[in-house]
Amino acid sequence: MTDFAALSLVGVYSAMLVYTASFLFFTFDLAKRSAAAPVPSLVSVGSGASAPEDERPVPRAGGTGYQRIAVTLLVLGFVFHLLATLGRGIAAGRVPWANMFEFGLTASALIVAVFLGSLFWRDLGYLGAFVSGFVLLALGVVTVNFYVDVVPLPPALQSGWLVIHVFVASLATAFFALGAGLSIFQLVRARFEARGMAKAKLMKTLPDSGALESLAYRLNVIGFALWSFTLIAGAIWAERAWGRYWGWDTKEVWTFIIWVLFAGYIHARATRGWRGSRSAILAIVGFGAVLFNYTVVNIAFTGLHSYSGL
Amino acid sequence: MEPLRPSDFHDSEPERQIEQPRLGLSGWGRFFWRQLTNMRTALVLLLLLALAAIPGSLVPQRSSNPNGVIQFKREDPDLFAVLDSFQLFDTFSSVWFSSIYLLLFISLIGCILPRTNHHLKALRQPPPATPRNLQRLENFHSETLSGDPAVLRERAARVLKSSGYRTLEQPDGAAGERGYLRETANLVFHFALVGILLALGLGTGFKYQGQRVIVEGQSFTNQLTSYDSFNPGRFFSETGLAPYSLTLNRFTPTYQFDLASGRANPLDFAADVTVTEAAGSVTESIRVNSPLSVGGTSVYLLGNGFAPWVTVTSPSGDVVFSQPVAFLPQDSNLTSLGIVKIPDGLAQQIGLVGFFYPSAVVLESGAFTSVYPEPEQPLLTFNVFSGDLGLNEGVPRNAYSLDTEELTQRTGATTGVDSLVMNLGETAELPGGLGSVEFTALPRFVSVDIHRDPTQLPVGISSVLIMAGLVVSLFVTRRRAWIRIVPGKAKESVVEFAVLARGDDPGLEQALKKLVADFSQGAESKLKSS
Repeated sequence: MTDFAALSLVGVYSAMLVYTASFLFFTFDLAKRSAAAPVPSLVSVGSGASAPEDERPVPRAGGTGYQRIAVTLLVLGFVFHLLATLGRGIAAGRVPWANMFEFGLTASALIVAVFLGSLFWRDLGYLGAFVSGFVLLALGVVTVNFYVDVVPLPPALQSGWLVIHVFVASLATAFFALGAGLSIFQLVRARFEARGMAKAKLMKTLPDSGALESLAYRLNVIGFALWSFTLIAGAIWAERAWGRYWGWDTKEVWTFIIWVLFAGYIHARATRGWRGSRSAILAIVGFGAVLFNYTVVNIAFTGLHSYSGL
Repeated sequence: MEPLRPSDFHDSEPERQIEQPRLGLSGWGRFFWRQLTNMRTALVLLLLLALAAIPGSLVPQRSSNPNGVIQFKREDPDLFAVLDSFQLFDTFSSVWFSSIYLLLFISLIGCILPRTNHHLKALRQPPPATPRNLQRLENFHSETLSGDPAVLRERAARVLKSSGYRTLEQPDGAAGERGYLRETANLVFHFALVGILLALGLGTGFKYQGQRVIVEGQSFTNQLTSYDSFNPGRFFSETGLAPYSLTLNRFTPTYQFDLASGRANPLDFAADVTVTEAAGSVTESIRVNSPLSVGGTSVYLLGNGFAPWVTVTSPSGDVVFSQPVAFLPQDSNLTSLGIVKIPDGLAQQIGLVGFFYPSAVVLESGAFTSVYPEPEQPLLTFNVFSGDLGLNEGVPRNAYSLDTEELTQRTGATTGVDSLVMNLGETAELPGGLGSVEFTALPRFVSVDIHRDPTQLPVGISSVLIMAGLVVSLFVTRRRAWIRIVPGKAKESVVEFAVLARGDDPGLEQALKKLVADFSQGAESKLKSS
């Protein structure tokens, strides 16, 4: 059985190698975009969220040639990543998300999966560098710092809720990650839009900040719905395992904080004066809280969710 | 009809600055009420709530980690006093946290009540009539079709209706609006949040929760005096305890020894119990993640360990103590600590501080340790203390600790007398001819939590409504649609289609295409499309 665990690690390293190449090509793509001469019809100096449809540079087919190579590599890396995750699951004889290493492995695979899936929906190729870079870093951190050998599930984790609660949490994390990436681009572009787009060659190849905002909103809203679900599922599980559905355990506190932050984000999007950059900052802070919840709360805080295995 | 929104909703008209007359008392009241129920206040309160919850994760909480609080107090009493004065150890019941969420809920209720009223009215009203110039709308399409205008008009209404629009027939076509469910679901979501608060507010007083240690072969009867500790809600009455008893027949842990780490990983904990109610007895199994439901309560398996049976005999042969003593586990290999107190029957009052090792090995230092949580090599050791145990003063004492300050140590440490060491079945002599101690048997114990929580059901129902309301309100789109038939020469008509987004609507263009397709499908013949 340990063979699968070792093979899984080989898969992780292979995925990291390919992701590195993918990341490089995504950055080449961004570099080329910023070097490209502006297309005359795309001049939209200082235009805000109301740029007419035909003025928006929408490279539907997927950015430059570099981007196509990068996406292909990302798909290849994802295949390795997926195999590594499955291998870990086979080695453990259960779902591969029962400790921090496995959660990181699965959640980062889901980020790539959601990103690749979203490419069918919209051209989000400009997010590729963010996604591949982030996932590469995440894989590096989880294998170097959080790696643990396969151990059997402790009785507290032996529940069908492990499958649902943790998987949905990692899926929510994936959506929040992409939402945060879009919000970052939105902030940068909004800043250029306010100062004039003359020098913003790269930013001109992106949708305007209003469009970025509504893309980010859609992803974050899906993330929020998933997060609400994981919170409720967690409460049901907590009732079974710990005898109460809510007890302000440190992990519960942070799950609540994240939920409230994104609830705030959704309200901000509907409040005059808070749409745009302010709500984007809230979304980024929310994702920051998700990362904090996964790392610092797991490692440094004492609580009942002590399943890091470290 | 538009859903009602607070005055600072992003889509609404900004308020004009008007010359304010002097505000009377009711004027100020209205002013504050408006402030409290507007979007910005709700948003700020939400962010404050998130911020206010943070200390609850940084500082141990009395509710979730009472031992952490005690430890904090011991380690830094000065800081403890300061933090405690700000209620930081009770964050979630503190004045500041409570005021934030209460204000938030008042703001919420103040927002959703008028909205509900408004929405109920809107539900009874027809959709808005077709605007004069449809072609001015951004999402507009027209087709020239042949057919009787009257038939086409009827068709227009049918197509809108079948696409889920609330439809109003017009002299020149049909008007429709859809997505009322969005506002309904949004209101359901927010009312369900209020439902949770109400359930907690009303139900918490009727909760109770108690802990009890049960040794194999022993029984627990559900009455107040049987609990080791008990936390009743404010409105709890003892008559509310359901009459039943539990007998622990056997506790079976399963471990797997991991060669690589040298650790024993627990695989399963199962407590076989006999439950006796008025109706009769049944045998059940309580596991982690699988509590027992009995008499409206839930019984959870929270801990387990060994309860070595200790028999103390006086020099004259009288048995002065003979019972299992629950030893509290100190590590994952169940090295356990236990206390025996013998106030009567011996020449002196005796306190025994014991360690139990299920699989004992001797370290180089001479100390014992346990290397496995199963009783492969069970070993019991005691240090003997004599003196006044303080049990005569009527002050409640913790059965799991012995205050040795006032006592004389008789074995171990610097006394020069070896500690008592016994394998299972062995007997050791107390120092000074006080008597003897026997390690008679080795039953196990479990600690169970018994809860009754009447908030579970209403909170559960509210959660389902929250989830349903959230998904529907976030993913249903509000939209208006119009189809107008403009009769032309002969049997040709120009059919105009338009859709209008009401709020975030990514599928708008698609909706227009579908409407056109639905309408044209089966129409007699399509002549021209533009």
